[in-house]
Amino acid sequence: MLEAAGLGLWAGGRELVRALDLSLAPGAFWSLLGRNGSGKTSLILALAGLRAPQSGAIALDGVELAAHRRGELARRIAVLLQDEETDFWGSVLDYVMLGRYPHSRSAWSRDEESSGLARRWLAELDLADRAAQAYRTLSGGERQRARIAQVLLQDADVLLLDEPLQHLDLHHQARVMRTLSRCASGGKTVLAALHEPGHAVRHCGFAVLLYDAGRASLGRSSDMLTQANLEALYQCRLEADGTGSFLPS
Amino acid sequence: MKTVPVLVVALVPASLALATAFGSVDLGPGRLADALLGRGDEIAREIVWGVRAPRALAGFACGGLLALAGALLQVLLRNPLADPTILGVSGGAAAGALAAMLLGVSAAGLNFAALAGASIAAGAVFAFSLGRSGWNPYRVLLTGVALASGFGALVGLMLSLAPSSQVQGMLFWLLGDLSPAGDPSAALVVLAGCAALAFSQSAALDVLILGEDKARSLGVAVTRLQSIAFGCATLATVAAVLLGGSIGFVGLVVPHLLRLTGVHRHGALLPLSACLGGSLLALADTLARTVAAPAELPVGVLTAMIGVPVLLLLLAKLR
Repeated sequence: MLEAAGLGLWAGGRELVRALDLSLAPGAFWSLLGRNGSGKTSLILALAGLRAPQSGAIALDGVELAAHRRGELARRIAVLLQDEETDFWGSVLDYVMLGRYPHSRSAWSRDEESSGLARRWLAELDLADRAAQAYRTLSGGERQRARIAQVLLQDADVLLLDEPLQHLDLHHQARVMRTLSRCASGGKTVLAALHEPGHAVRHCGFAVLLYDAGRASLGRSSDMLTQANLEALYQCRLEADGTGSFLPS
Repeated sequence: MKTVPVLVVALVPASLALATAFGSVDLGPGRLADALLGRGDEIAREIVWGVRAPRALAGFACGGLLALAGALLQVLLRNPLADPTILGVSGGAAAGALAAMLLGVSAAGLNFAALAGASIAAGAVFAFSLGRSGWNPYRVLLTGVALASGFGALVGLMLSLAPSSQVQGMLFWLLGDLSPAGDPSAALVVLAGCAALAFSQSAALDVLILGEDKARSLGVAVTRLQSIAFGCATLATVAAVLLGGSIGFVGLVVPHLLRLTGVHRHGALLPLSACLGGSLLALADTLARTVAAPAELPVGVLTAMIGVPVLLLLLAKLR
């Protein structure tokens, strides 16, 4: 259980999140929605323990994040960052295998079990035939899927994903959402920053909406992802398309 | 892909053998073989064991230290063009050494002055770059480059003030030259120590390529890792500069050569960089001693003359 209490986040002199109470339970799939610059990334970095919040506290199983040892935290919380370095010289499989670091610290960690797991996640993300290819030669969308495979290989209890669907085509957007959904059903906690409410409606049981000026609301998707809420969130008129999704009118 | 490490490791004894076999004096195969086995005339033995062997080892240590420092700095600064001169350490050492020459102090005093200059540069880079939130790679780069050009100006000032009789010696120091290198054993110990310490961090360095935040989220103690690696790189650079002056391009090119041939994991890249850098400098120094014999060229001129085209080729290939 990852919990934030009275969380306050600022960036660039702006208040992004004010007094947010959030409790992410195992088995729940949360979407995180908000306009550009609303604080989605800041919230994910804080929840991952990568940035100290300006106020409030974040605890994993009742213990403050800062009190956990780094190595232990890495086995509990995995995070997909929005921008990651792409200057990697090895193969796709080598790249994904770095996600295994928290589990085996040895320099000779290419054990059969880990590489088997890595290949399974690569297959799950439709990259099975890319395993031996140089990571640098992948397309943007393929890199994104390799990065997601790396996060999944980390096998943490909590998955925090900042825009997991960026660069992905429609087919692979759906595929990644289904994979994440299965992770949640399997008992993991998943939180994903998304830009397409349709995916949240279909796959996520819960939603966090980050409004401007630090205001946030959260709850069940069925209560949160209404046309009125989303119009207020994105500050534009929306049209229901009849499938539970919305498009700007 | 497995042939590259084997070739690189095999190059180590081969380059040391070549560096010992060739020199400004042609001993001929018979006298050389005798001298190598400790037989024959005393002059040949002295040339082989007293002059060439230590010089070959000094070249190896110097090149190995520079390449190791370069490989570390390239991952730490996430900058493919990082090399040991970027720390400002070489510039600091050069300014110290030239000041000592200008004041006419002894050889030991010169080494001490070079060490002091290098320490001042390293201390300044560390002081400006290590903040409460850890290391800031951009500040390392900026401070290092600024210090290097500052020391460059100081060096220029001293060159213009120096009597012409001293300028020749100063130039050799600035261009990189192994002829005044004495006993290489201290540098070899530093090389072994730095390589072992860096090697112990190689898995974490692999993860650091993903960026600092990602590495933290994977459980790497990033600030501690950076401190260890910066410390290793600095120590290696100081040891190399004290031995051979400002020898360029070894630290920049050698790690890239290995990466281009498919070596990218630091567990292999760091030790192989040390081996290849050492071998190549030992060979370059052999050329420097023999090409214009009995005159000696500064080896730094040769490494730059070989290094620049290699680097340009590499850039063309990477496009």
